[in-house]
Amino acid sequence: MSIEEVKSSYDCVVIGAGHNGLVCAATLARSGRSVLVLEAAGQVGGAASTREFATGFRVSACAHLLHLMSADLMRELNLAGMGLEYAAVDMPTTALAAGQPPMVVSEDRLGSEGAAYVAYAARMRRFAAVLAPILAAVPPRLGTQRWKDRLALLGAGWRIRKLGRRDMRELLRIGGMNVHDLLQENFTSPVLQGALAADAVLGTNFGPRSPGTVLTLLYRLAAQASAGAALAQPKGGMGALCEALARSATAAGADIRVSTPAARIVVEQDRAAGVVLESGRSIAARTVISSADPKTTFLRLLGAHFLDAGFVRSVNHLRTRGLAAKLHLALDRAPRFTDLEPASLGGRLLVAPSLEHIEHAYNHAKYGEYSAAPLMEVTVPTVNDPCLAPPGRHVLSAVVQYAPYGLKEGWQHGRQRFTDLAIDTLEGYAPGLRASIIGVELLTPEDIERDFRITGGHWHHAELAFDQFFMVRPVPGAAQYLTPVDGLFLCGAGCHPGGGVMGAAGRNAAHQVLKQVS
Amino acid sequence: MAPVGSYDAIVVGAGHNGLVAACYLARAGLKTLVLERQPYIGGAAVSRRLYRDFTYSNCSYVCSLLRPEIIRTLQLPRFGLQLIPYEGGCTMMRDGGHLALYDNHDALRREIARHSKRDAEAYERYSRDVMRQCKFIKPLLMREPPDPTSFKPRDILELLHLGQRFHRLGERRMYDTLRFWSMSAADFLDEYFESEIVKAHFAGSSIIGTALGPRSPGTAYVLLHHYMGDIDDTVGAWGFARGGMGAISNALGASLQASGGAIRSGVEVARILVRGGRARGVALASGEEIRSRLVISNLDVRRTFLKTMDPGDLPDEFLRRVRNFKIRGSSGKLNIALDGLPSFPAIPAGAPCIRGDMHVTDTVEMMERAYDDWKDGRWSRAPYIDMLIPSQIDPSMVPDGKHYMSVFVQYCPYVLADGEWDGQQRQAFGDTVIDTIARHSPDFKSLILHAEIRTPWDIENEVGLTEGNIFQGELTMDQLLFNRPIPGYAQYRSPVRGMYMCGSSTHPGGGVMGAPGANAARAVLRDLRRMQPA
Amino acid sequence: MPADAVRPPHFEQPLLQTPFHARARALSQVDSFIPWAGYTTVDVFTHVEQEYFAIRNASTLYDLTPMVKYRITGRGGSAYLNRLVTRDVGKLKIDRVAYCVWCNDAGHLIDDGTVFRFGENEYRLCTAERQIDWLLDSAVGFEVDVTEITEEVAALALQGPTSFAVLKAAGLAGIERLRPFEIGRFSIATQPVTVSRTGFTGDLGYEIWMVPGSAEVVWDALMVAGRSRGIRAIGSQALNVARIEAGFISPKIDFLSAERTIRIGRERSPLELGLAWLVDFDKGHFTGRRALLEESRRGVRRRLVGLDVEGNKPAHNALLYAQRSGKHEIGFVTSATWSPTCKRNIALAMVDAPHFAVGGILWADIYLNRELVWERRMARSRVVERPFFAPDRRRATPPADF
Repeated sequence: MSIEEVKSSYDCVVIGAGHNGLVCAATLARSGRSVLVLEAAGQVGGAASTREFATGFRVSACAHLLHLMSADLMRELNLAGMGLEYAAVDMPTTALAAGQPPMVVSEDRLGSEGAAYVAYAARMRRFAAVLAPILAAVPPRLGTQRWKDRLALLGAGWRIRKLGRRDMRELLRIGGMNVHDLLQENFTSPVLQGALAADAVLGTNFGPRSPGTVLTLLYRLAAQASAGAALAQPKGGMGALCEALARSATAAGADIRVSTPAARIVVEQDRAAGVVLESGRSIAARTVISSADPKTTFLRLLGAHFLDAGFVRSVNHLRTRGLAAKLHLALDRAPRFTDLEPASLGGRLLVAPSLEHIEHAYNHAKYGEYSAAPLMEVTVPTVNDPCLAPPGRHVLSAVVQYAPYGLKEGWQHGRQRFTDLAIDTLEGYAPGLRASIIGVELLTPEDIERDFRITGGHWHHAELAFDQFFMVRPVPGAAQYLTPVDGLFLCGAGCHPGGGVMGAAGRNAAHQVLKQVS
Repeated sequence: MAPVGSYDAIVVGAGHNGLVAACYLARAGLKTLVLERQPYIGGAAVSRRLYRDFTYSNCSYVCSLLRPEIIRTLQLPRFGLQLIPYEGGCTMMRDGGHLALYDNHDALRREIARHSKRDAEAYERYSRDVMRQCKFIKPLLMREPPDPTSFKPRDILELLHLGQRFHRLGERRMYDTLRFWSMSAADFLDEYFESEIVKAHFAGSSIIGTALGPRSPGTAYVLLHHYMGDIDDTVGAWGFARGGMGAISNALGASLQASGGAIRSGVEVARILVRGGRARGVALASGEEIRSRLVISNLDVRRTFLKTMDPGDLPDEFLRRVRNFKIRGSSGKLNIALDGLPSFPAIPAGAPCIRGDMHVTDTVEMMERAYDDWKDGRWSRAPYIDMLIPSQIDPSMVPDGKHYMSVFVQYCPYVLADGEWDGQQRQAFGDTVIDTIARHSPDFKSLILHAEIRTPWDIENEVGLTEGNIFQGELTMDQLLFNRPIPGYAQYRSPVRGMYMCGSSTHPGGGVMGAPGANAARAVLRDLRRMQPA
Repeated sequence: MPADAVRPPHFEQPLLQTPFHARARALSQVDSFIPWAGYTTVDVFTHVEQEYFAIRNASTLYDLTPMVKYRITGRGGSAYLNRLVTRDVGKLKIDRVAYCVWCNDAGHLIDDGTVFRFGENEYRLCTAERQIDWLLDSAVGFEVDVTEITEEVAALALQGPTSFAVLKAAGLAGIERLRPFEIGRFSIATQPVTVSRTGFTGDLGYEIWMVPGSAEVVWDALMVAGRSRGIRAIGSQALNVARIEAGFISPKIDFLSAERTIRIGRERSPLELGLAWLVDFDKGHFTGRRALLEESRRGVRRRLVGLDVEGNKPAHNALLYAQRSGKHEIGFVTSATWSPTCKRNIALAMVDAPHFAVGGILWADIYLNRELVWERRMARSRVVERPFFAPDRRRATPPADF
């Protein structure tokens, strides 16, 4: 069915068929709304798609692991019934360090650090459990007279209190701390510290010494606390998840159109009234929900003339500079990491041998340079899911940090050198890797910006930092999935609780739409 | 040796906060004694004569935030304290240009406009926003932070009070405040200014004394310090003390003695004595014991609890937290006696900005790179310096025609990556700083009569500040308000009854402010009233 | 005009001089200068009353150069201005001027000023305070170029009943056809000038705009042409009396820009300032529109009103009370003067709801210094319509030729 065949009027039009857009659409459709999803690309998924980067080799384009999406959401949308299968679940994490045997990060494999790790992990889990409900709800507003907002704040306060005095004090202390200090307080092994710190800084514009990195770590742990799968790899790559989401939405009655870019959001009588497509066709809607990043939504699709100047100033100040690149290698054989247990190859491998290593890698990003010795999160998805490559061949997928948007020397110059540097780093841990490479792709934040239409190419659409979190995410005045324009909502990663393949923003936004527009 | 004398209160350490606390206690009628290890009082706020007739403000060099209510109550002007504002300030640039700050609004606008017309006007928005935050925060300085885990009426009321004040800001300003407290200085400044030099100049005050860079979240609020003195027309709250920083300590000492308090200097406290969970007095290094009902420590928490107390007198959990309290040496200091006023070709003749704080870091990146060096255990190869020549304003400090220059240096580590500080390392550090200045002042080196170089290691040894940290503890979110210094012990009390803290390790932290001392004294007196039968 | 090179640097002499400075200095008898937007300007030349009566009786020259001027051009110029100000700029014809206000998101006034339309997308915005920061932030998303041109344009206000006659005598052909708020191009002593029939006195008057190089020639020509028509240079004090009579508000006196307030609740909305007539809710979106709609639905909490105060002592800084007893405070005076023309003691005041209705009686708490002895007086005051003085001659086209 082409776009000409869809209705000319819907209850809801969702812009963008990334995972958040699809979750939002599916949730709205299940509540009986007529929903149309518009996607500019030729397939659903946005940045959570599976991509053929070399002939016959496919890989998850950005995030390559599923570990944040809540179990409730997955059940609600019946993703299992919609064809979502896992190639692997509970994947192990192994820390690589030069000159040392790989270290499996697991309670029983850490030797002398084991006891400290058990206590640390248990405490962080308790904190994560307290914070998890915050991710699954619309953030309250401050300073209103509404009881709902006050109750939400009191509720969060009460959950923290219920931790008990000792834990509460600890949470209030470490909440503003840097992960470097936290890990120094708890551990002595540099490799373990590096591995644990990596989770705090992946996808952020921070190094381990940046205050606020405990919060980004807790955020990740909180999402994991209610996740449907702990470190899992969807069969067929991340795109398969979005296809399942799309099927769920379609099954609930939503229409989804790919290759149908929205050109602008229509405002009539102070309300969002629909969308005009790049083809020129208009589609009327009572509500428009954008999963595009806030800058794209407000400044490109809507337009500053519908907004107050101070609000536009805030949107403009939103920090959206991406720092993570994605490296994809097509290999003619399985990589051989030195001393790596076979089970680990199907898991997550971290190149973050110490806090200093990560901090040094981050230093470069501050000045618009790429890391001389990057931090990497590596998977070999074909170990668990051979269909992603021709028989006997393999794919290596690595998140490589830091690779800043707006590289000073320009990515056209830096691309090859940074690719070589990342491959050399891997070669050090897996000798012979380079010789087995038959195809290479590096997605810098600028490629991500272009291919997935995300301003700045930031996976989270906007930096995860205290001042862009929770009730001020993305900006004050648009933090409850609402916008200054009635009938226009946000549902993307730029909203609370942020990105990663979590879907919470899409789901919370749908609930907000349902509440506001009955 | 038999105990000599007996006091109501002993204050350990005659730093400015110890003296402030002692003054308040003595004025309340307590028999108060201050003990000081050095032969002079003042801690880091001292004026010393280390070269001929030159008076140095040895460590602390400007009086930023000394609370006017303290100056007034303790009658410090009567005891010789005179604060004089300094004029302007500037940053010299590597390309020979400069940015100056002037008190006159129009001169300032035209000066900033030389670099960016837009920034000249954005500066108004910047000052407004910073001032709004000052207005909110200032009243918190002189209050005891509430314990959020407590159900005591006092804590709950205090929390409610805080909540109410916050709520009164209105929704938008509440968000502004939340963001302000958590942002990095660099990100914050990016929301106002486009010119690198303007950002660099203002970013400077966000890193002084901290082991953070301008890109570290949480540094924006440190920008307040330059403004805090300006609100409510408390003119001259930011400036020099006539006669050097020792004038503050001396005035406090005199005020204390006038109130009947006593000071003994040149005696080192070896142990705070505890029996039956109660402080009983102190033992001096000489073996002498002095009895007292109350002991108030002006030392930083690490020194107080790890070096002058018996670990057996303290809970393990508390000790662990004290060990984890972050006190990081990150600053050095040079005191330089000059044969004359150095020339700075970047500054136009007659510009008053050389009577203020001078800097040579012209980009935020340069400042951040200076921090990167510190993280790796090196002093900054291109350090951020805060350089003043107070003798231009206060001629009482030097012989006629000579000058004294105070150079505060950020960053300088307490421990070097390649080993301990030695004489050679110290000299190399000093040379780095002197070379940095000489790049902007061709005659500077030839005017140096004497240069005293202080690394964090030296500051620790001389003043007693752990790691030479000027704030007695990092000013990061995990160590502010109810977290400062230790969660659960943020109200100046310690696990030992009768034993209190009054140094900058406590809320609201460092700077020659006196608020921790005054707040601690208030906590002590309140406890005393409660213990006394009606 | 003295070259900038010979002027002392800004850290020695922070204030700039306008191109009329030498002329003004020569006429200044009492050496009374005040800063205005970075320039030094005359507060009083000779005597406030003499200068005031020249505004109402003859004609006056007032140096307007420090008025901050912005050039606004580009394809999105009209759209930009319409999003900036509360009035519908689309209705403003080419070569016309409109008085406008603009607000922040909360609907609080940032400033007032005049918009001059010179072409389809060519405007000039004149304001009392610099605000390029706000103007450029407002430009995000618009194809527009905003440049400050204060130093490129010198300006004089020629105001008073004989101002038309002065211009006619100075040889401005066709000036009689220039209607209120209209712009025309003329020449004075061969110097090209732009003349707008605008002003801040509420009387007949013009504002004359020129390049700085023409400033002294134009000044001299007007002084010659006006010699027999009672022309004199005036300072800000006399103008302030006239503008209160005309009921005009002044920034930093009657309101403070919302971009400058530090304390909570010091901002003012145009509705509170009695400027609802400048707010066009039907023209499309503008900054502050949603907040102002909400405020107009809810009703204003306070409003700026005119007061007729008993007695003859101006109610400077007076607090206002609902009763003579002085128990229930309901507002304060923002501007006050004895009106020499109306012979009334007038004031502008910010009054809390519901006390601002016209005809209402309030009490002003006035402190009088009588030969160094302070006395206090509760003066009965009545809320009245503004303006206090609005002669028909200000609008007559052609104006009367005296």
